[in-house]
Amino acid sequence: MSILAKDVSVRFGKRTVVDHVSLAVEPGEWLAVIGPNGAGKSTLLRALAGVVPCTGRVELDGIPVDRLGARERARRLAMVAQTPVVPEGISVADYVALGRTPYNGLFGGARPGDARLVADVLSELDASHLADRAVETLSGGERQRVLIARALVQDTPVLLLDEPTSSLDVGHQQDVLELVDRLRRDRDLAVIMTIHDLTLASRYPDRLLLLVDGREAAAGAPHDVLTEAHLSRYYGAQVRVLCLEDGIAIVPRRPFPTEITA
Amino acid sequence: MGTTTANRGHRWAVPVAVIALVAAAALGLTIGPVRIPLGGVLRELADHLPFVNLDSGLSPQQASIVWQFRAPRVVLGALVGAMLSLAGASYQGAFRNPLADPYLLGVAAGAGLGATVAIIARSGDVGTSFLTPVPIGAFVGALGAAALTGAVAGFRWRTATSRLVLSGVAVASFLTAAQTYALQQNTDVLREVYSWILGRLTTSKWSDVVIVLPYMVVSAVVLLATRRTLDVLAVGDEEAATLGIRVARARLIVVAAASLGTAAAVAVSGLIGFVGIIVPHTVRLLVGGSYRRILPLSMVLGAAFLVGTDLLARTIDQPAELPIGVITAFIGAPFFLVVLRTRSAPS
Repeated sequence: MSILAKDVSVRFGKRTVVDHVSLAVEPGEWLAVIGPNGAGKSTLLRALAGVVPCTGRVELDGIPVDRLGARERARRLAMVAQTPVVPEGISVADYVALGRTPYNGLFGGARPGDARLVADVLSELDASHLADRAVETLSGGERQRVLIARALVQDTPVLLLDEPTSSLDVGHQQDVLELVDRLRRDRDLAVIMTIHDLTLASRYPDRLLLLVDGREAAAGAPHDVLTEAHLSRYYGAQVRVLCLEDGIAIVPRRPFPTEITA
Repeated sequence: MGTTTANRGHRWAVPVAVIALVAAAALGLTIGPVRIPLGGVLRELADHLPFVNLDSGLSPQQASIVWQFRAPRVVLGALVGAMLSLAGASYQGAFRNPLADPYLLGVAAGAGLGATVAIIARSGDVGTSFLTPVPIGAFVGALGAAALTGAVAGFRWRTATSRLVLSGVAVASFLTAAQTYALQQNTDVLREVYSWILGRLTTSKWSDVVIVLPYMVVSAVVLLATRRTLDVLAVGDEEAATLGIRVARARLIVVAAASLGTAAAVAVSGLIGFVGIIVPHTVRLLVGGSYRRILPLSMVLGAAFLVGTDLLARTIDQPAELPIGVITAFIGAPFFLVVLRTRSAPS
C-alpha cells in the first residue's frame, strides 16, 4: 500500500473540517476525491501531505508519517497545489529543480545528476522547449505540466493533485488527465486528486471518494458513486446522469423545459 | 541549471561588482585631504602582510594615514555594506517581502536605544570615555530588540509571518519611545546621538574590525549556506513544507543569523539606511530571483557601494564630513530608480 489513511480528522478551532476519513491507494491506482464546495477535499489532501495537522493515522509505504522526518516524507509524497505561489522571474528549469529539495538538505547543494533528471522529466512531459521560459509567462496548460514536472522530479511513490484541471479548457483538461494516467501506469504512482468536474471524475480515476461536510458519503467505482440520488442529496443538484458507452454524462435538469430556437 | 531568460545579465554582473569593489577600495585608500599615490599605498599594505618586508616609499606620516585611518575605514565600510546587503536580501527571502530590510524586527530601534543609553552614561562619567561603550550598547540593544520581537510573536512563525513583522513594528515603536524619553531627559547628548543615528564610519579603527568580524563571519557563513533554502521558501510555506523544508526552523535560522550580523554592523556604523533594500533589489534586477546568485553578489556590490558612498561622504564637503546615511539615500534612490526603469521584469 503506497498510502493509507485511517480515521483522519482535521479541526480548525472548534470546526471539524475533515471527519474520520479513511482511504488506501495502491501503486498505480488513481483515487479522486469529489464533493460540494467546502466539503473538505483540499483540507484532506493537505492533511495527507502533512501541511495541516490532523489526528488519526497516515502511513506511507507502511511507515506512519510521524516517524518520518520532513525530508523523508517529501521523498515519499509530492503534492501539486491548486494555486501554487510562483516566484517572480523564476525559469521553468529552476522551478522544476526545486523538486529535488528533499534530497539536498538545509545546507546542501544540488546533486550532480539533478540537471539531467530535470531535463529528462521535462522531455517526458513534452515541455523541454519551455525550460528557459519564466514560469509566470506560461499558459494554463503549460503551467500545469510544469507543476506536475516539479512533483515528478521529487521522485515519490505518491502524488497528490489539488484540482489539477480547474483553470483549464476542456482540451487541456483532457491533456493533463491523460498525462496523469500515463504517468501512474509508467511509474506505478499512487495518485489522489481532488476534482470538481464530475464527468471527468467518472472517466479517469479508478475510484471516487465523495466527501460531504468532511465525512465520507460514498466511495467506490464512479458509476456507483455518481448516482442521481447522491447528486441530489449531497449536492442539491437536479441532474440527469446519462450512462454512455464510454462514461457518464451529467446534465442539469431545468424546472421548465427550455425551448431551443434556431 | 543553464542560463534563463530571468538572469541573462549574470555573466558580467560578478566581474563588474568585483571591479567596482576594488576600484572603490583603491580610491578610498588614495583620496583624502592628503593624496597618497596608489603604488605607495599598495606597498604599504603589502608590508603589513606576514613575512613581507617592503619599503613603501611613503613618509611615516603618510604610512600612518594609510594604515591607521584609511585602511580600517575602507575595510569596515566594505564589511558593513556587505553585511547589511546580505542581511537585507536574507530578510526579504525569509519573509517573502520585498520591503523587508535588516531593521525589520526592531534592530535599529534597539540599537538606537542602546547607543543612546551608552552615550548618556558616558557623558556623565568623563573618566571612562576611552572605553567607548557605544558599540557594545548598540549591539546589545539590537540583539535584544530582535529577541524581544521573536518572543512577543511567540515563535509561531509558520502560521503567521505577518505576526512577526507586526511584533517588530510594536517593539520598534516602544523602544523608540523609550529612546525619545531618554533624550528628552538628557538634551545635552542630542547632537551626538543624532550623528550616531545618521550613521558614520568616521572613527573606524582596526579594533572595530576585530570586534565585529567574528559575528559577521558567522552570520555570513550561515546565510550563504541557506541560500538554496531561501529559494525554496519563495514558493510559500506550505509548498516548501511538502518539499521537505522545516519552514519555521529554516526561517528562525535565517532571521537569527541576519539579526546577529546586522547588530554587529549597526554597532560600529550606526544606522545606515537604504543599503539593505537598494543593493539586493539592484542585484535582483540584474541577475534574476534566485538567492543562490542574489546573496553572494549582494555582498560584493554592497561592499563596493558603501566604500564608494563613504568616499563621497568624506570628500564632497571637505574638510567636513556628511553623514553616510544621507549619501546612501541621496545616491542610492536615483540609481535604483534608473535600474528599475531600464531593467523591469523580463517578459
